[in-house]
Amino acid sequence: MNNLKVFLNGLIKENPTFVLLLGMCPTLGTTSSALNGMSMGLATTFVLICSNIVIALLKNLIPDKVRIPAYIVVIASFVTLLQMLMQAYLPSLYASLGLFIPLIVVNCIILGRAEAFAAKNTALPSLFDGLGMGLGFTWALTLLGAVRELLGTGAVFGFTLLPSSTNMLVFVLAPGAFIVLGYLIAIVNKIKK
Amino acid sequence: MEYILIFISAIFVNNVVLSQFLGICPFLGVSKKVETAKGMGLAVTFVLVIATIVTYLLQIWVLNPFNLQYLQTIVFILVIAALVQMVEIVLKKLSPSLYQALGVFLPLITTNCCILGVAILVANGTYNGQGLEPSLLTGVIFALATALGFALSLIVFAGLREQLSLIRVPKGMDGMPIALVVAGLLALAFMGFSGIDKGIALFFS
Repeated sequence: MNNLKVFLNGLIKENPTFVLLLGMCPTLGTTSSALNGMSMGLATTFVLICSNIVIALLKNLIPDKVRIPAYIVVIASFVTLLQMLMQAYLPSLYASLGLFIPLIVVNCIILGRAEAFAAKNTALPSLFDGLGMGLGFTWALTLLGAVRELLGTGAVFGFTLLPSSTNMLVFVLAPGAFIVLGYLIAIVNKIKK
Repeated sequence: MEYILIFISAIFVNNVVLSQFLGICPFLGVSKKVETAKGMGLAVTFVLVIATIVTYLLQIWVLNPFNLQYLQTIVFILVIAALVQMVEIVLKKLSPSLYQALGVFLPLITTNCCILGVAILVANGTYNGQGLEPSLLTGVIFALATALGFALSLIVFAGLREQLSLIRVPKGMDGMPIALVVAGLLALAFMGFSGIDKGIALFFS
């Protein structure tokens, strides 16, 4: 029951993108299509779950004064692992997400959850926290990517829905990312009230 | 000539924040006042140039000769974190006035993704060097130009937000949503620069 609550917390109430406004660089940089947004979200979820579990297990061994560098090493190790796996099995996706894969290291969601949750809880709740936060991040990125793709190219996940006469290319380019995210946050704020 | 083109390209055409999406967190976080934006811009410029030199030399002298390229991410983030601490300590001793100006911003810089991002781009040689071979000099110039682009967009955006706080905004859009829309319009304005680097190159060739 308690684990379910922890899981749902990241999904809606403390959604990292729409409510906490963390990890904005990949949110804006990789959501030019729904597929890219979802892949970035899942990649971040993987690192978040692994680092949360390891940090929860190691929390008694790490001296308090060097905890932040220690967390960063744990996170960077998993990011390197992810980089190698993606290079080997998903080279085209790795190329399209580009620089943002190594930059998962400096995503504030991951270090934030390590410090705020994993350092105070045991491994199992930390797993659910990582899963909830990660999937919350993933659906936010997928939604943002889908809206941008629909407005910009008339398609979602590559399936054409709108005729090409309604395409507004600016939504696939940089300015569209800021504008769509601004309006999505406004809508989420409205729904939450 | 190419060096000037690197500057124009990195500051205006491929602005690090508004078209590459690096360093969005400080862009949204410390842009409420022009004064703090200036401090942050200066601190990022300072750290980015030093971090690029150190990480580039590490890549050339340590990681490449020993075939350790896969350790790049771990090594770079640790070096940057240590470097920021060292810069803080050295500044405190050597120039207390500069430390006063930059002090609060320095710890925030470790998690600024434009530092790690630019360090990786320069070390891998995958930045727009305007046809020049990747070397320490072009890398440093690219880093400096990127940092100036960051500072420029941050200060302009802070100025816009200072004006924005005086206006009445529809209730649902107040705060972050309207700031993001304004950032979008600023990015749209910067898109007007696209292609001028190639135009200038063509003009002088």
